[in-house]
Amino acid sequence: MKKISWRLVFILAVFTIAVIYVLPTLKPSFWPYSKINLGLDLQGGMHLALEVETDKAVETTIERFSQEIGEMVKKENLRNISVVMADGMRLSVKITDLTQEKTFQELMDKEFRDLRMVSRTQDKDSVTMILDLPDEETSRIKTLAVDQALETIRNRIDQFGVSEPDIRQQGTNRILIQLPGVTDTQRAKELIGKTAILEFKLVNESIDPEVAEKSGVPAGSALYYQVRNDPATNREIRTPFVLMDRTLLTGAYLTDARVQIDSQFNEPYVSINFDSKGARIFERITGENVKKRLAIVLDNKVYSAPVIQEKIAGGEARITGYFTTNEARDLAIVLRAGALPAPVKILEERTVGPSLGADSIRKGLTSMLVGGVLVFVFMMIYYQASGIVANLALILNILLIAAGLSAFQATLTLPGIAGIILTIGMAVDANVIIFERIREELDIGKTPRAAVDAGYERSTLTILDANVTTLIAALVLFQFGTGPVKGFAVTLSLGVIASLFTSLILTRYIFDYFLITRKFKRLSI
Amino acid sequence: MRFIKPDINIDFTGKRKIAYFISGCLIILSILSVIVHGGPRYGIDFAGGSLIQVDFPSPVSIGDIKNGLSSVNLEKASVQRFGEKEDNEYLIRTDISEAYHEDFSTQLQASLKTATNTEVEIRRIEMVGPQVGKDLREKALFAMFFALLFITIYISGRFELKWLLSGVMAAALIGAVYLLSIFEVSIPYLILAALIVTLILFWFLELKYAMGAIVALIHDVVVTVGIFSVLNIEFSLPVIAALLTIIGYSLNDTIIVFDRIRENLRKHHRKPLEFILNRSINETLARTILTALTTLTVVVALLILGGGIIRDFALAMTIGVIIGTYSSIYVASPILLAWNVRKKKP
Repeated sequence: MKKISWRLVFILAVFTIAVIYVLPTLKPSFWPYSKINLGLDLQGGMHLALEVETDKAVETTIERFSQEIGEMVKKENLRNISVVMADGMRLSVKITDLTQEKTFQELMDKEFRDLRMVSRTQDKDSVTMILDLPDEETSRIKTLAVDQALETIRNRIDQFGVSEPDIRQQGTNRILIQLPGVTDTQRAKELIGKTAILEFKLVNESIDPEVAEKSGVPAGSALYYQVRNDPATNREIRTPFVLMDRTLLTGAYLTDARVQIDSQFNEPYVSINFDSKGARIFERITGENVKKRLAIVLDNKVYSAPVIQEKIAGGEARITGYFTTNEARDLAIVLRAGALPAPVKILEERTVGPSLGADSIRKGLTSMLVGGVLVFVFMMIYYQASGIVANLALILNILLIAAGLSAFQATLTLPGIAGIILTIGMAVDANVIIFERIREELDIGKTPRAAVDAGYERSTLTILDANVTTLIAALVLFQFGTGPVKGFAVTLSLGVIASLFTSLILTRYIFDYFLITRKFKRLSI
Repeated sequence: MRFIKPDINIDFTGKRKIAYFISGCLIILSILSVIVHGGPRYGIDFAGGSLIQVDFPSPVSIGDIKNGLSSVNLEKASVQRFGEKEDNEYLIRTDISEAYHEDFSTQLQASLKTATNTEVEIRRIEMVGPQVGKDLREKALFAMFFALLFITIYISGRFELKWLLSGVMAAALIGAVYLLSIFEVSIPYLILAALIVTLILFWFLELKYAMGAIVALIHDVVVTVGIFSVLNIEFSLPVIAALLTIIGYSLNDTIIVFDRIRENLRKHHRKPLEFILNRSINETLARTILTALTTLTVVVALLILGGGIIRDFALAMTIGVIIGTYSSIYVASPILLAWNVRKKKP
């Protein structure tokens, strides 16, 4: 008797805990535990897999070295030395006056210790050196680029205002982003994918951009475009600009960016603030270039190119450019969150509209209900009272799966619902095995009590065995599956474990209760 | 109530030649179909590409949709009805696997609206790049491989109660696979090689129950894949999940029959093996059929009511449950018999 009451305590404890975990899902904010998470396929939203193009980050670093070496050479008056990018990853330094090599080498040792000499070839009257970054430095830059990209994207999404986004690194250079409930996926994509490199460059006034488009640009400058959509005709308007290569100021010195509304034209613009160093640079360049045009370039697109009227102190500037309010708002967000250290590429995108998600939930639940009711009716007809016991076990099974989902903070997906449905079909299996066995034992003339004992005893190992194989398959799926499929693995595993508990412990207890405690003489099976 | 009388005695093993013939035909047809179709048909999860699900309030013609697509440079896309007929949903597939530019969905919606003259809702967009597709393909195959490996170890240990032997098996299997992976053999061949090594090991170590279970399992997966190939259904991530579940389910059935065989071997050790096999299958027949019925009930409910997204998964499960039930009766046990006949001859 004592043994049975302990089992009862255990069973009751399990179900109390299960109810505690499931309640918040049925009645939100009723309990301090959280609800069952719904996957993107059920609540709608966007899943993105991005690749950070880390090679570009290395390239940018090398490019910066190239510029800095060029400036140093100029400053030191070493006129016979030229620096160019050899390919994306290497620098080529050509020294045509051999007497200058020693000075150059000394300078390099002092200022650019990070660079590695790959080769040095000497001709009759010139030396060519190829320089690059050591491998550790390259991999450090790459790791840093991914870390920064992750941080920046996280910032941007936080400011965009998505509830419960999931942003994580995958492998070495991928970022997985889950944005539940996002409806304006285009905007979100634009916001995440924008590199947001802000540059200020002078307009080269010596040539007409229309001419430059055909005949090519002068050395030291390049062709850029201003691109905007004409809302009336829905056409793209591209205006060419010839800008100097030299970047005078970048967005790295930004401290803030805000949307403002121009009182005169009632148009939104983005006002930006520089830190003290940026403000000094801005003051200097505006002071030196009065009456010239300064172009504001974001990701190689010209936003505006106003004429500098006077020296601007205070470190404040404005970016205008025919924005809608949302565009201006998003621009301010990306500028505030900072630039991505390298461009990102979208490798995978899955977007589910909220109505489809709701449909999936409805269809999933309908199938579950119909399948469940059919199994219930069948079990009741086939095994009578014992069938009712099995059905009770089944209901509690579903309760346990739901509790497991919320206890482990797992995500319920459409395949996950399929997993629960499958569990309904397969969980009765354990009871079927036991009941068939009990019938066999009754057929050879055992009393109900002895038959139940023998039935459970002989079936237990078989049931354990049979379920282990499904569990193995489910666990492997969990390990290798992604997103929705993982949800399936979770519910299937939970279902298997729950059905072991309900069939081997719960139904056994119920049978024992009626046959031993209440001394029923007949078994309806 | 009982469908199956307790004294039922059907001569299953007597008809094993017919079963061999049917199974042989099914497997050959499956393999042929896969070959004719040039390998399994991968969905966008594995092949890369994109898929757009659109919904219209009233029926539209596929031609109109295609016209709308050509104005956004998707004239090569295939358009297919999706889900129930009254839903007016269509699936657009293309092999484009680059991110769509930001205005894409607005433009697509506008041009579909003009072309079909009705409102349109874009319900789902999925784009999988070639690199991700390749990764997912690899992951799926690894999942199949590891499931097979663990299950092999489990059944060789559990059925024969020779855990030490199963450890040896596992080591041999991993060794063989490692050796092959040094030569950069592609994963499908790796799995094939692992299977062959497994079967050879079972044969030499005389693990006949494990052999029967594994053969039944391969049978089920091959035939399910074959039927998918014949019906020209795509392999997607959920279908792979279904295949793995079928492996678990089919083994489940086999284990129950085998457990009974072992029990009966102890009980009637003087009777011929064929008698014991038949008796065991008959004794567990009620359970086999009942479980198959309840499982089939729910997966068919899912197939009919679950909607388009889960349909392929439900279909794979339905086929798998039927094949798995058949194989645990007609394939797994007769293998034991065939083994015995063969081993006694020399």
